Parts: sequence; structure tokens; C-alpha cells
Amino acid sequence: MAHATRVLRSEWTKATTVRSTVWTLGLALLITVLVGMGLSLLFKSTYDDLAPTDQATFDPVFTSFAGMSLGQLAMIAFGVLLVSNEYSSGMIRASLAAVPQRGLFMGAKLLVGTVLVFVVGMATSFLSFFLGQAVLGDLATSIGEPNVLRAVVGGGLYMTLIALFAMGITWMLRSAILSFSILIPLFFMVTPILGAIPATQDAAQWLPDQAGTMIMTVVAPDRPYGPWGGLLIMVAWVVAALIAGYATLRTRDA
Amino acid sequence: MIELDGLTKRYGSTTAVDRLTCTVQPGVVTGFLGPNGAGKSTTMRMMLGLDRPTAGDVRIDGKHYEDLRSPLHHIGALLEAKSVHGGRTARNHLRVLAQSNGIPERRVPEVLDLVGLGSVANKRPKGFSLGMGQRLGIAAALLGDPKILMFDEPVNGLDPEGIRWIRDLMRHLATEGKTVFVSSHLMSEMALTADHLIVIGQGRLLADTSMAQFIRENSRSYVRVRTPEPERLRDALGEAGVTVAPGGDGTLEADDVDAARVGELAAAHGVVLHELSPQQASLEEAFMRLTAGAVQYQSHNAPTGAAGGPEPSRKEQ
Repeated sequence: MAHATRVLRSEWTKATTVRSTVWTLGLALLITVLVGMGLSLLFKSTYDDLAPTDQATFDPVFTSFAGMSLGQLAMIAFGVLLVSNEYSSGMIRASLAAVPQRGLFMGAKLLVGTVLVFVVGMATSFLSFFLGQAVLGDLATSIGEPNVLRAVVGGGLYMTLIALFAMGITWMLRSAILSFSILIPLFFMVTPILGAIPATQDAAQWLPDQAGTMIMTVVAPDRPYGPWGGLLIMVAWVVAALIAGYATLRTRDA
Repeated sequence: MIELDGLTKRYGSTTAVDRLTCTVQPGVVTGFLGPNGAGKSTTMRMMLGLDRPTAGDVRIDGKHYEDLRSPLHHIGALLEAKSVHGGRTARNHLRVLAQSNGIPERRVPEVLDLVGLGSVANKRPKGFSLGMGQRLGIAAALLGDPKILMFDEPVNGLDPEGIRWIRDLMRHLATEGKTVFVSSHLMSEMALTADHLIVIGQGRLLADTSMAQFIRENSRSYVRVRTPEPERLRDALGEAGVTVAPGGDGTLEADDVDAARVGELAAAHGVVLHELSPQQASLEEAFMRLTAGAVQYQSHNAPTGAAGGPEPSRKEQ
């Protein structure tokens, strides 16, 4: 136990003594909140011009979360860099020479990363919601309405899981460039497009972000799983990525 | 103490390290010598548990590396490849390593001062020169005050001042009773620092011997004599059973005899000597001869089969 505590402290120091941590987490929060506020402002000022059907389906929570799809990229960047920094710098050799128990090393880094993204993710989600609602004014909903608190907490959980997924992929690929070139197009283009095309919708709804974002919706779309079921699907993806990452770390030369 | 037992590393069909068995003894500087590409760095990475051996095993103080709870207390290593995050200050880099091994943080400024980086403790290593980078790597190796220190090609690319600093440091560490294991592809560098030698070529052990014995076995020592009467001297020495061969430049070379005896024999026969000097073939030559058959990147018309030199585990080609 003392051994694990030591390694955790070391990983905490590692994460908090490089600039990329502050940059990526700071950007994740800022982008998500500002885009959410911007879109809320846009809706607020143009609401009266909207078609009645659009007015009827207007979702104030969803609107204030509009920045999530962009902000998640910064979260992914944090997850990727936390791991890939070890490989790109060569620090991995010093790290493993100091902590040769690779499972412990990976576990400590994941825990530190999880704590950071959980705190920042939750702050991002709650700030996005409250600031977005403040901008929406009389169009706003409140945290006490049905499913709203679940959606806001869900936003923080989603941010945490997407960063963990990125960490798992990077443990497997061991390179920032490789990981980014897979993850960024995947979550920014591929899955949203597949999710929008009717022919591929059925398959796309099982992808990690498509399933995971269900937790952030107040009015759930018609899917074979509910919000928590969707989150569970995303958890399964994260676990799979982490297992693959651990297998790589375990067997490959550093 | 480091024990290697049948250590082997293969990459596909290439064998980088081939059944290496040897022991690195405590309290001396052991030179780990071999031509470029002989498998030195791979061996060192396997010692640190970074690369997994294909077969065989390494023990540090009797334990497998991954069973060490605080490895930095046992062994400190400076690897050839950079192993520092360029954006984390020198001080924080060392704090990270200290924390992971339960080393008190007051040790960080101590080792920084020891390697002369005290003034740049809060600077990012990406702006460091090669020499400063090496010093930071050495500070990390010394952090846990380990009994074993391992340096992979520590002087590569350093300026003369840096080279001397590292050489002095290694000798100093050995006088403190530490085990120092240092790799090099330069015999001349080893001759100045090492007490013991482990020589490998194409991953195979070529020699595991004390420096003194290596010199004895691998360098021909002879006495060079210059005289206006070479014929008389040759006869005089021949009578005493000393073999003499003509050297270059009108000199004679007497093998297996010390200079005093040659001088006495010359005096007894009244032969005038203009020069009488003990000579030793350079260690570099001996090293080249030893590894001649085991150089990976040599040209194809080079002679195969080393002239002399022990080759305990020669594999059929």
C-alpha cells in the first residue's frame, strides 16, 4: 500500500508539472462553456423567429451543452498527452526503471488522470449548464426538473470516460500522432456522420461517444438502451481500450 | 552485484544478445566493451527490465528487476537514449523519480549540486546542452544512493571537459565501494577507467577478465632495442634463449623478457645500446583483434576468425 501511495504521488507530480495538463484541461473547460453560452445566446435572440416545431423541441440543456463535442477534443488531447508524453520524451525508460511493476505504474497514472478529468469534467458540465441557462433567461430550465441533474452529472461522466478511452488507445499505440489521427477524426467526424446517416445509424449507436452522450440528454432519443445503458456501453469500450493498452505495456519493450 | 544467466534477445531472425552469462562484481569499475551494434545497450535495457529477454535472466542483488520495490536504491542508470521530459524542470524531474521510490526530497538539491546543475534546477531540460543532459541523467542515477551504477556510453558526444568530469566521477564512485558498470565502444576510454572488462561482439561474450589480465593476454609486451651492433646483440640474446625479431626503423624487438635483463646481457657482452625501452602494443589493437570476427558492420573482405583471443561461445555461422 505504501508502495502504491508513493507511485501515485509521483504520477500526480508528473501530471501537474507539465504545461500540457493545464492547457488541455483549461481549454476543455473554456471551449465547452463558451461555445455552450454562445449557442444559448444565439437561440435566445432568434427564438421568436424559429418554426413552431423547432420551438416545441427546443432543449435548453442540450443547447447549453453544445460545446461538449468540441470540448471533448481537448479532453481527448489531455488523455493522449498524459500517456504519449512518456513515450515521445523517452521518460518511459526512467519511469519504468523507477517503477518496474508496469500494472502499478499504469494504474497510478490512470487514477491520477481520472481524478483530474473527473473534477474538470464535472466543473465543465455544471458551469456549462448554469451559465448556459443564465444566458437563456426565460427559456431556461432548472436543475430540479426531471432528468436534468442526471444529464448534467452525465456530462461530467462522459468527459471523464472519453479521456480514459483516449488513454487506453494511447497506451496501445504509444504515440501522440497516431492516437490523435485516429481519435480526433473518429469522434469529430466519423461517428457523428455515421450516427446521422439512416443506413448506418443502427450500427453507429453502439459506438462509444454515440452511446455515451445519451446520458446528457433530457429527452432520450429512441434507442434500444436508456441513458445509463448507453453510459455502460461506453464504459465497456473504455475497459476494452484499457485492457488492450495494458496488454501492450505488459509485453512490449520500453 | 549483477548476474546475467544465458541472457538472450532476438528480434525476428536477428540475435542481438546471445546467451550472455557473466557477473558484474561489486566495488570495481567494470567496462562493458564492444563494437557499435554488439548488443551493449540491449543488454543494459534488459538489466533494467525495460526490454524482455527472449531467454535467460538477469538478477540485481539476487532479485529480478521487477521484484525490486525501490529499484533506485539498488541501481542507478544513465541510458544512452534520452529519458527526460523536456518540459518538466530538472528539479521536478528528479522529484518525480524520488517520490516513486520513497527517496526524501531533500536528496534532489543534493544531487543537483553534486552534478553541478544547482543553478538550473528550475529550468526545463529541453534547453540543456548535451553535457547538461548527461549530468541530469547522472543526477537521476545517483538519487537513491544506489550501490550499483550503470552508464551507457556516458562520454558520447561530450566535450573534453565533460569527458574528464564523468571519468573522475566514475573513479570516485568506485573508490566509495560502488559497483560501476560502464559501456563503451572505445578501448582507450576503458583503459583509463575500468578495473574489469566484459567484452562482447555480436551479442556473444568474448572476454570476461580483469583489465590487467586482458592487457597481459591481449597485448604483446616486448623490449625495443637500438644498437649500432645488431648482429652481436642478436647473438648475445640468442645465447641466453631470448628470441629477437627485427623491428622497424633498424630496431630489434625482444619478446618475453624484461628490459633489465636485455641491458645486463648487452653489458656482459660489451654491446653499446642507443635505446632500451619496454613496449606494449596498444589496447585498441588488442580489442580490434579480439572483436575482428564479431564486428557486425565491417566490410566483407575483412579477415574472419580472430587471431587468438578467447571465444567461449562461438556459434557456427
